[in-house]
Amino acid sequence: MLDDVTTPPPVPQPGPETGPGAAPGAVPTSGSVPQPATGPGPSAGAPALSLHGLWRRFGDKVAVAGVDLVIPAGSFYGLVGPNGAGKTTTLSMATGLLRPDAGTVLVGGVDLWADPVRVKRSLGVLPDGVRLFDRLTGAQLVTYAGLLQGLDRPTVEGRTRDLLAAVGLTQDADTLVVDYSAGMTKKVALACALVHAPRVLVLDEPFEAVDPVSAANIREILHQYVDGGGTVVVSSHVMDLVQRMCDHVAVIAQGHVLAAGTVDEVRAGRSLEERFVDLVGGRISGEGIAWLRTSSD
Amino acid sequence: MVAHLVRLKLTLLRNGLRRSVWQVLGMVVGALYGLFLLVGAVVGLFALGFADLQVRSDVLVVAGSLLVLGWWLIPLVAFGVDATLDPRRFITFGLPRRDLLTGLTLAGLIGVPGVVTALTALATPLSWWREPAAAVAALLGALVGVLACTIGSRATTTALAPVIGRRRVREVVAAVAILPIMFLGPIMSAVADSADRLASLVTAARVLSWTPIGAPWAVAPAVAAGDWLGAVARLAIGVATVLVALRVWSWALDRTLTDPVSSGGDARARGLGWFGVMPATPVGAIAARAATYWLRDPRYAIAVAIVPAMPIVLGFASPGSSLLLIAGPVTAFVVGWSISADVAYDGTAFWTHLAAPVRGVTDRWGRVLVAGALGLVVMVLVTVGTVWYADRFDALPALLGAGLGLLLTSLGAASVTSALVVYPVQMPGENPFATKQGANAASFTSQMAGFTAVGVLAAPAAVLALLAVSQRSAALGWVALAVGAVLGAVLLVVGVRVGGSVLERRGPDLLQRMRSFD
Repeated sequence: MLDDVTTPPPVPQPGPETGPGAAPGAVPTSGSVPQPATGPGPSAGAPALSLHGLWRRFGDKVAVAGVDLVIPAGSFYGLVGPNGAGKTTTLSMATGLLRPDAGTVLVGGVDLWADPVRVKRSLGVLPDGVRLFDRLTGAQLVTYAGLLQGLDRPTVEGRTRDLLAAVGLTQDADTLVVDYSAGMTKKVALACALVHAPRVLVLDEPFEAVDPVSAANIREILHQYVDGGGTVVVSSHVMDLVQRMCDHVAVIAQGHVLAAGTVDEVRAGRSLEERFVDLVGGRISGEGIAWLRTSSD
Repeated sequence: MVAHLVRLKLTLLRNGLRRSVWQVLGMVVGALYGLFLLVGAVVGLFALGFADLQVRSDVLVVAGSLLVLGWWLIPLVAFGVDATLDPRRFITFGLPRRDLLTGLTLAGLIGVPGVVTALTALATPLSWWREPAAAVAALLGALVGVLACTIGSRATTTALAPVIGRRRVREVVAAVAILPIMFLGPIMSAVADSADRLASLVTAARVLSWTPIGAPWAVAPAVAAGDWLGAVARLAIGVATVLVALRVWSWALDRTLTDPVSSGGDARARGLGWFGVMPATPVGAIAARAATYWLRDPRYAIAVAIVPAMPIVLGFASPGSSLLLIAGPVTAFVVGWSISADVAYDGTAFWTHLAAPVRGVTDRWGRVLVAGALGLVVMVLVTVGTVWYADRFDALPALLGAGLGLLLTSLGAASVTSALVVYPVQMPGENPFATKQGANAASFTSQMAGFTAVGVLAAPAAVLALLAVSQRSAALGWVALAVGAVLGAVLLVVGVRVGGSVLERRGPDLLQRMRSFD
């Protein structure tokens, strides 16, 4: 068990209250993505998201075994881990979609599970492996997400148009989501997560099945969003992407946090991928499978 | 290879059962039902041996034809029921076609319907215990018949897969197919009422015995009648049917393997639809979403499609009596209760509500408003229509009272039920008839409990209405209307409140359960 779980040092970041974003309810200027909501948070200066001692078991299998993670406000946080590491379970518990067996989740310093309905307003979520209300058209789905957040009609209309343009779905705004491809579905779900300009954006595998051009567009949206004072948490399998895109990273395996901190701290002078393989283990080296070499016969 | 496929099917069956107790329970219930049918069929076949030759032949041919036809057609409607051994999964293994076909044919017989069909068919010689030669012929015919069932069923499903696989087509087929089932009662009674039903059976049997579906079962009767030429001809028709089905299946399989089915259809809808009509609030949004689904999702559309059929069925069931008058209240209950599995119908898409700052009561009201508005309109229309048809306008207030009471009460009870339990249901686009494995016991229990609760809670208005209609008392009718409206409204508010707080408490657990179904 590696013991380099570090609490990241307080990185000077523009606090959410200094962001230039639009106030909730205002119509954003056309063509721009909603900026994170501003105004004094529940307790300014608190980390955007902090998880303490999260546990969750499914039957006999412990999926998450005591995860502690502090995600500073204004950070672009990557969550990496092998398949079945507990990333999705952790993110589900952090966003109110799955009740932890033990532990607390603080969003901007406020306990999520104590008052889920109030706290969820400041979270934008893109879960992995779930359906959408796919008998709605793309535009209807984003509108639905916006109205559920309590936004008024002009705001929702403007933001829906902007977001669909930003993720490149304007052409397909009137197509049923059930007829979307996997990548398009991811993109429309991302638009749903962004529509209320949350303080914290939690995205589970946002780049899966998304083509490179769309992925670049999404990355740009997310960077703009962080620059505006928002906090983004993404999980991914792709180390290279996380190393380039994120400023913080946590490595999770078998339900534990193996390392966490700024990307430079965690990778310690090597590539994130090498460091990841070191931490997680499981690389099988040696002769390989001799009979797989077709040239041998 | 063939043995491997059969063993694979058995392993899949066993692993499926290991997943949950409910699945075992469902399997046991299915097996008991199958056993019941089998025992009934065997006893019936033996008893038929006492009947005279003509009756015996006709009954066997007609029943056998229905069996084959059922195998060929039901899977088209109930498509996706058995996709455990989808040929496409074997595409990467270089299996000889002959082995694949044989294996899939035999594997298709594993399962309750297959076993019951095979054993019933093999029991047909029992009907010929007085004519040993015919009994042997019956066994031969039964073998051909069973092959015609399974191979024919594979042929029709595989050949029509590209058409049925298209989302829109499947939805329409499924929605339309429920109508004959609804009208089965009236059709049966109409057939039974016709004076010369025996004559029609004889004619039907005579024609069917020369068709691919009836020929295998007509071999033994022909032998018993001493018509050897006819027997050989029927056997030839049966074998030819199996061979043709095999060719069609093989050809269609080639096509599916090289040109996979796409679910196709590029449905578009202009503008925001209901989202532009309903108020821009969370309740309005949830109502708009629900209204959209009532129109676009066949699972809800079926509840609406049943409504016009209800008075017709009741009218046929006892023509001229006042039974028809209950059509309005029954409709109210059917529409009100239709949201009792609403969260389960959402499936994992329910996360959208869970991730948003939406109160449980908000969620409940949005769903109730749409079902309630629809139920109210339909209930009033059906009640007024049946009252007019039966010329009982004196009963109108009482029936509206009972209908209103049942509608509001069932909406309230459904709001609680759908927040308490989720069970695997068909997702939109899947076949509405293919009940999911493991759903039986949980859905049965919750539905029964809900029925009972609605029955007890709506009893005051219903009993008053019954008295008013039977006594032809106008005063009692108005009392029933008042009681139905007031008590129903109270129960609805209580149901929504309770359901809302249950939903807030259990929402994450429901989502987790639904994730485990996928």
